Amino acid sequence: MHELSIAQALVEQVEAVIRTHHALRASLIRVRVGPLAGVVPELLAHAFPLAAAGSRMEHAELALVKAPVRVLCERCGAESEAAMNRLLCAECGDWHTRIVSGDELLLESVELETAASPSPAS
Amino acid sequence: MCDTCGCNLTPGNRHLAYKPVARGATAVSVLKGLLAKNDDQAGHNRAHFDRRGILALNLMSSPGSGKTALLEATLTALKGEFTCAVIEGDLETENDAERIRAKGVQAHQIVTGTACHLDAHLVHDALHEMKLDGVDILFIENVGNLVCPASFDLGQHLNVTLLSVTEGDDKPAKYPVMFRAADALLLTKTDLLPVLDDFDLDRAEAHLRNLANPAPVLHLSARKDAGMGPWLDWIRVQLAQQLARVAAGQSRRPAIQPDGARYHHTEA
Repeated sequence: MHELSIAQALVEQVEAVIRTHHALRASLIRVRVGPLAGVVPELLAHAFPLAAAGSRMEHAELALVKAPVRVLCERCGAESEAAMNRLLCAECGDWHTRIVSGDELLLESVELETAASPSPAS
Repeated sequence: MCDTCGCNLTPGNRHLAYKPVARGATAVSVLKGLLAKNDDQAGHNRAHFDRRGILALNLMSSPGSGKTALLEATLTALKGEFTCAVIEGDLETENDAERIRAKGVQAHQIVTGTACHLDAHLVHDALHEMKLDGVDILFIENVGNLVCPASFDLGQHLNVTLLSVTEGDDKPAKYPVMFRAADALLLTKTDLLPVLDDFDLDRAEAHLRNLANPAPVLHLSARKDAGMGPWLDWIRVQLAQQLARVAAGQSRRPAIQPDGARYHHTEA
């Protein structure tokens, strides 16, 4: 149950993005969550409005992108999909694998509302 | 290359980069770990330890698996050989810190209130309350919990995860995030195995390997002083490796650092 502290960290980071880009507010926040990140997307979605209340993203949509668990086999080199408690190579069955995707917790992108007369971005 | 955070654009994440959106709105690509603030603090803590040549070990397990008993036996065995210090994390009471102090070892208790894990900021505050001069090994006993502690880097060099034989041998399969983070797995309370017919040491290890974790698996009973030798030797080797790293100006992160995120970041 640490999703509220994650949501607070998310608000701080989006706030920094808003500041850096001299924007008015954030309208869409995209976060990529892997099953092995130790974060429950549904709990994060519930915690976010509490953390965002009164901030420049309180009306923003939080889009949680679920990342698949994928492993790269160090023995045979194959990349395959895996279950979160069975990170074995799907090709050769070996356990000497590396996680390629599935343990990330990333703020991927933010859509910002800028001032009324925006300079067209190139 | 994205200028916002200095991240790498790769074929795997290029689709996340800047895309034009509606007029008056701008999309920016961020690609930053949400625990970045905690990780910054953890890196700062680790730099503290490295500067002083301290090896920091984070002990994680469910409540009651024997972390404090293991520490008591370990501190007794290492007395005279190394100077140790302990940070204790619990929701309430100073009980564990008092048990450690009774061994003549410096202990600082972090009372988390209702927080289910330690984070790098709590550990940093604790460090300022401690005397670290001459300390060789710092043990951090995390809050008893098989879920949350696995997600927070504290600045330690290694994670030690305990699994007592009074729990199920399929705990690594049920709590993969925690057991994937282990740099060493200790199967504790093995003196009870004769009366427990449902815990299989090999099966517990097989579940750990299913998580692609190569960590050593050690069997011991702290209270009956059985199997402590390999554990103490592991600590000695880790301290020697830490001192060698410090001499070479290097550091080591625990297994908790997500591999997948590395594909999106350049190493700091």
